[in-house]
Amino acid sequence: MSADILALLFKATGQTLYMVAVAGLIGSLFGIPLGVFLATSGRGELFPAPSINKALGLVVNATRSTPFIILVVAIIPFTRAIAGTSIGTTAAIVPLTIATIPFIARLVETAIREVDPGLTEAARAMGASPMQIVFKVLLAEARPGIASALTLTIVSLIGYAAMVGAIGGGGLGDLGIRYGYQRFMPDVMAIVVVVLIVLVQLVQSAGDRLARQFDKRNRPK
Amino acid sequence: MNMAVMNKTAQSPLDLRPGDGSTAKPMVEFQQVSKRFGAGSSGAEVVALDDVDLIVPRGSVTGIIGRSGAGKSTLIRLVNGLEKPTSGHVLVDGTDVAGLDEKNLRSVRRSIGMIFQHFNLLSSRTAFDNIALPLEIAGIDKQTIEKRVTPLLDLVGLSDKRNRYPSELSGGQKQRIGIARALATEPKLLLSDEATSALDPETTRSILALLTKINRDLGLTVLLITHEMEVIKTIAAHVAVIDGGRIVEQGATFDVFTGHKHETTRALLGGLAGMHLPEFLTSRMTNVATPGSHTILRVIFKGENATEPMLARLGSDLGIEVNIMAGAVDEIAGRPFGMLVVSLLADLEKIDLARNFLADHGLSSEVLGYVR
Repeated sequence: MSADILALLFKATGQTLYMVAVAGLIGSLFGIPLGVFLATSGRGELFPAPSINKALGLVVNATRSTPFIILVVAIIPFTRAIAGTSIGTTAAIVPLTIATIPFIARLVETAIREVDPGLTEAARAMGASPMQIVFKVLLAEARPGIASALTLTIVSLIGYAAMVGAIGGGGLGDLGIRYGYQRFMPDVMAIVVVVLIVLVQLVQSAGDRLARQFDKRNRPK
Repeated sequence: MNMAVMNKTAQSPLDLRPGDGSTAKPMVEFQQVSKRFGAGSSGAEVVALDDVDLIVPRGSVTGIIGRSGAGKSTLIRLVNGLEKPTSGHVLVDGTDVAGLDEKNLRSVRRSIGMIFQHFNLLSSRTAFDNIALPLEIAGIDKQTIEKRVTPLLDLVGLSDKRNRYPSELSGGQKQRIGIARALATEPKLLLSDEATSALDPETTRSILALLTKINRDLGLTVLLITHEMEVIKTIAAHVAVIDGGRIVEQGATFDVFTGHKHETTRALLGGLAGMHLPEFLTSRMTNVATPGSHTILRVIFKGENATEPMLARLGSDLGIEVNIMAGAVDEIAGRPFGMLVVSLLADLEKIDLARNFLADHGLSSEVLGYVR
């Protein structure tokens, strides 16, 4: 393989990591609180707001059921408003983040709903405020679930980031399509796939290790 | 049965139990409390509590017993405001918690500890950090927390488990941590929600012993709910029997259990010694006396009264032949209580004479039937 191709591969890997990292970070920043809110704002829960809960639930479902490539195109005006341009790696981060927020939110909601309601009751009986319950009980107890949720999110993001070549986002997917497929270079295609597999594998095992570390539920006596 | 020995032990200084018969303001007082659920457009409402009046004396261990669904869980949750009554007042140390908003309730809750059937410990925190949780919630600094938690671990006998996670502890150990956590904010009242129902009998006894010790040494008022007669019998000086959302009986445990007037109390007492008659008797017993039949009598002795000399005197003084068919001795709230099922061969007039004789000596009796 030529040095040029190798340089392209490095660049593409860097772009993918950049998009995944920024979209993952901003997505978590919005997605985790949204997930907490979805899990605690039903009728009779910590922050009862059933109608807002329903409305947000609808938005989340709508975003999640829109195919990613359509989402990318559909929000181009929004992307331009945020990033100043609608093409390029930085611009691609906008749709990636928009797709990530509801994804994380639902996973975090599930993780929080799995926390034993008895713990919330015990904390209320101690005189804890709703915010204290969120931080000291729900988020603390849901840590293994949230670690798994973030792992799954990053793995999915690596996949999504391969699609943003469509708007000039670059990255490994773009490299694979343009060189491996359109220019008939199967060796490039193969190496792109191998790099992606290695990336996913690394993220997954790091995430699993973190989740195991957080999980104190099944320690041997 | 050695009655002489029992007489001695029966003279324990019962009246020294904290809170007994004191005139102080009660720790908890329910005034005409009702609670209804699901009062809305969707279907029938459920009456969980119906016009409940209840007093929990200061410094006492008070038990509420009832079957599942009787309303005990709702009742205990009204005390720390986890539930709000539909009507009525719940006074805790003079404050009506039913009328407080969430913010004021939070400060009241910090003066009330609570323990649970399934312990409700945070799996992500060590034993130490679980006990520290209510202190963190109250905004207490790390150094003070350290100073408070260490003696509590000691009190519940788990100093060596300080850095263990709940999943590394047994059920009894988890409940001990739960108790230590409930005591962390130095509450004046401890609520126990079926705290021993998930534990085996031996562990139950050790947890009850710990609760008794806490009540005695710290002067802490304990209000517990349970469906286990054994629990009430062992530690509660006062009891209320709840059924279908109503308090059907309440008072000193010994009096309520040995009086057992109400049918629910009787049903719950089914497991108490001597309440069940042996099969060989019930199968042959009739309600009608015929000449020459034996009268089956249940003789109940409470506390200080001994039966055997009295039964012997039925023979020597009245010339009635006494056969002991079944019997058992139990202990309720620290006082012996027992019953003997005896058969007497005598005509009905003599039986009345015998029962009067027993009554004169403080033994109550009940005719169960007749056997030929």
